[in-house]
Amino acid sequence: MGEFGIGQPVRRKEDVRLLTGGGEFTDDINLEAQVYAAFVRSPHANAKITAIDTLAARSMDGVIAVYTGQDLVDAGMGVMINDASYTNRSGKPMNKPSRRIMPVDQTRFVGECLAMVIADTPAQARDAAEAVEIDYDVLPAIASTAHGLDKDAPHVWPEFGENLVVHWEYGDQADVEAKLAASHTRVRVDLVNNRLIVSPMEPRSAAAEYDAATGSLTVYTPSQGGRRLQMTLARALLKMAPEKVRIISRDTGGGFGIRSKMYPETAMVAFAARALARPVKWRGDRSETFVSDYHGRDQINIAEMGLDANGRASVLKVETLLNVGAYLSENGVRLPMEGGGRIIPCVYDIPNFYFSVKPMFTNTICTDTYRGAGRPEANYIMERLMDAGAKALGLSREEIRRRNFITQEQMPYKTHLGFTIDSGDFDGTMQMALDAAKWDSFEARRAESAARGKLRGIGLSTFIEGAGSRPVEGMRMRFEEDGHVTLFAGTYSHGQGHATVYAQLVNEFLGVDFDKVKLIDGDTATSPETSNGTFGSRSSMVGGMGVKRASEAIIAKGRKIAAHLLQTDAERVVFEGGVFRAQSSSVTLAEVAAASRDAKKIPEGMALGLDESVVFENDVENFPNGAHVCELEIDPETGMLEILNYVAVDDCGVVLNPFIVHGQVYGGVLQGVGQALTENVVYDADGQLLSASYMDYGMPRAAHMPMIEALFNVVPAKTNELGVKGAGEAGACGAPPAILSAVGDALSRLGVSHIDMPLTPERVWRAIQEASIVKAA
Amino acid sequence: MHNFNYHRAADVADAAAKLTATEDPKLLAGGMTLLPTLKNRLAAPSDLIDLAAISDLKGISVESGEVVVRAMTPHAVVAASAEVQKALPALAQLAGNIGDPAVRHRGTIGGSVANSDPAADYPAACVGLDATIVTSQRKIAADDFFVGLFETALEPSEIITEVRFQIPDRAYYMKFRHPASGYAVVGVMVAQFGAKVRVAVTGAGPCVFRVAEMEAALEKSFAPASVANIHVSAEQLMGDIHCSAAYRAHLITVYARRAVEAMVG
Repeated sequence: MGEFGIGQPVRRKEDVRLLTGGGEFTDDINLEAQVYAAFVRSPHANAKITAIDTLAARSMDGVIAVYTGQDLVDAGMGVMINDASYTNRSGKPMNKPSRRIMPVDQTRFVGECLAMVIADTPAQARDAAEAVEIDYDVLPAIASTAHGLDKDAPHVWPEFGENLVVHWEYGDQADVEAKLAASHTRVRVDLVNNRLIVSPMEPRSAAAEYDAATGSLTVYTPSQGGRRLQMTLARALLKMAPEKVRIISRDTGGGFGIRSKMYPETAMVAFAARALARPVKWRGDRSETFVSDYHGRDQINIAEMGLDANGRASVLKVETLLNVGAYLSENGVRLPMEGGGRIIPCVYDIPNFYFSVKPMFTNTICTDTYRGAGRPEANYIMERLMDAGAKALGLSREEIRRRNFITQEQMPYKTHLGFTIDSGDFDGTMQMALDAAKWDSFEARRAESAARGKLRGIGLSTFIEGAGSRPVEGMRMRFEEDGHVTLFAGTYSHGQGHATVYAQLVNEFLGVDFDKVKLIDGDTATSPETSNGTFGSRSSMVGGMGVKRASEAIIAKGRKIAAHLLQTDAERVVFEGGVFRAQSSSVTLAEVAAASRDAKKIPEGMALGLDESVVFENDVENFPNGAHVCELEIDPETGMLEILNYVAVDDCGVVLNPFIVHGQVYGGVLQGVGQALTENVVYDADGQLLSASYMDYGMPRAAHMPMIEALFNVVPAKTNELGVKGAGEAGACGAPPAILSAVGDALSRLGVSHIDMPLTPERVWRAIQEASIVKAA
Repeated sequence: MHNFNYHRAADVADAAAKLTATEDPKLLAGGMTLLPTLKNRLAAPSDLIDLAAISDLKGISVESGEVVVRAMTPHAVVAASAEVQKALPALAQLAGNIGDPAVRHRGTIGGSVANSDPAADYPAACVGLDATIVTSQRKIAADDFFVGLFETALEPSEIITEVRFQIPDRAYYMKFRHPASGYAVVGVMVAQFGAKVRVAVTGAGPCVFRVAEMEAALEKSFAPASVANIHVSAEQLMGDIHCSAAYRAHLITVYARRAVEAMVG
């Protein structure tokens, strides 16, 4: 293991460029003679569109075109994609509306695009957008998840006669309910998993140009990998051959799941560039990001667990309501089910399980994948139940977990929803976290806080993830004449540091200098044909294994060439540290690469070049897991809360670069802190977004960021040769339940039995007030 | 942003003349509220009159019993002023905690006071420290200056030139920050001038206000216990999705008491 090999805390190659303004984000792209798009957005959550008058807008200075939903229909544009297919137990198929790029006769959420203006300057486009006149018949709207399925709730899609998308079920309800009823102890939690605005630093943007001579279209946009966007845009929306559509993402300022989707605005910018045969650019502003980027989370969970007298849980029932918004986004509806909810009952061995999910339409922007994509919600349910179980039985929170963990002896462990956990040391990982957090000496610290009038609490969470879904990915490696190696990846680094980690791997496997490895990604013209992109903590496995496979093929080929050069048999050639050796003679990889270009220097019949293109394919995901401990203090007079200590222990398998994984942990924990403490989307009863700017939407700030002690308990994955498990989403899974556990601990002595996220000061203060009123009475 | 005419005023008289000569003008001081409002197309003034070049609108002086801050002085300058720190540390501390570093280096006292944002900090200093707002036309007592939500006693053609703060025997300012915006949800300035006490509250109501009952109690006995049980009615207070009026009312009592605690040490 060299200085730049696997496991080294190598500093990121990307950072100097990004931190010194060298990034190239979509708004940095300027195309010759480009014109600008602006969108007219719906001010109503539910309204019939009775007329759209674009005449005034069309006659304004600089205006080139105005398009409405009808114009897109007339132009033959397709509809947004969704491949979800669920059936109710009754056999009735799911309610599945079609979503046009822009609606024609009805709008269903505030912020929905209803018209697009193209003008010479951004200001002219905006001015004209304000001049588009739309007549509405305003209808009653529904935004609330708690009331979306009420009998008197307005229907988002009247043709379905209900807001329910589908009632999806797993397990035997009657049997589970009977077992719950027969349990020694039964606990229940009712939880709100708050809706979140994802807030990537870069707003959604697009720039497109069309070459009429060749009929080819190039679209620049932030993304998490362009291939799927290319397929969707070409096949479903523009009805073009995919090879005529190129998607380029140079740098992307944050993905978090929502940047992997095709949005109406991107499709419209592409459409306009083609229709006008002029480059068209749009940069969304922050307000548009709030109302039109997909939101995250938004579930209500009612969960019950039955335990025996020893604290062993044997039965679990989870009922989930999910707010999918006005339409079906690409992945939103799947998240609580097999998309992310599949990991319930998480790290615990609970034999009986009933799981019901009711996704519903409301007059809100769609929800979709957000850091963890259903797994943070699943872990949150399970951990709140475990804390409730501990309290009901008078067990410590660590002891009840210990008694219910899936053990290493039980692995490979087949779960309810049919996947197999290969590895994990859940008890050992939890113990590491408890030790690092000085869990056992907490009471002294609680007393010290109490002496200052503060309520101190300590909390614990354990969690598991499923990482690396769709485990198929291409990787191409090219040897340059100057000795550099270029990787063309199907994954796309939008902050993850792939250029660094893949270079470490090339250095490890082939001995090529770290500085001589270059990554090219984010361009469908050069990325491998098989390319899914980066999401769901998959790139360490699928990208890393791609590098490994390509390296192996190169070594095999190189040995033959080296043998030829050294006049020996390939079987006698060993490769180590970038050098092929046969007894006392040797030749370097660089020399072999140079020789490989010369037909005279390679064995007869062998193709020229060392370059390799591989597709790595796995049949299973990996299962990162971990344990977090959070210690905090509450000011009972104000409800203000301060995190004092935070420990995160991760089992993300073999760690390729601890420096980068720590970064993932810190970022994930802070997003979890945001969900737990400050972030919350609020719509009013008319479907107006009240939390529509950072004046009202509580993004966590630097001051919320605790000092985090990040540790590893490395248990290599058995299902990929690198032994890696994903690391991107763990922090967001572990933090909310750890924080809630700590607050529960701090407040439980006052008699507070329940509190929901986000733990704003007023919410905490009210919980304390209500408990003291109950106590006094 | 919509189009507007930009003017750089040479002096206060020039700015005042332009204010009356244009159709729908706005004065531009630090621009910390005005510019985001323009960028979001929520305002469309015909003319912006920039006060940045008027050098006598900048500076701080300590005169007999008063700290005088000229209108275009940025918050960071007030916070860092050795004179202010010595004569009126509560004012330096308040200025040093407004917004974030960018706001403190661009935002000005005149702009803040003229805007009468209900969640701004300076209004609590003005009223709590019995300040006089000096304009191009007259002197206005802070008690009479802040009239309501984003509303002041300023006439359309009037320009703030300086704010004169009375130096108290002692004073203290404490605020509770909004969980999303960071603005004051409740900011309490407590100041003692001999036998007189002022308690000014910003953040909670439509504009800064005094709490007479607390002032009277503290004048009788300057101790935390004097205000610990005095509650302001939530009825006249504001609420939002993070902090209800009732919560703000509660925080006023807590923060007034804590400010007094900090003062009596």
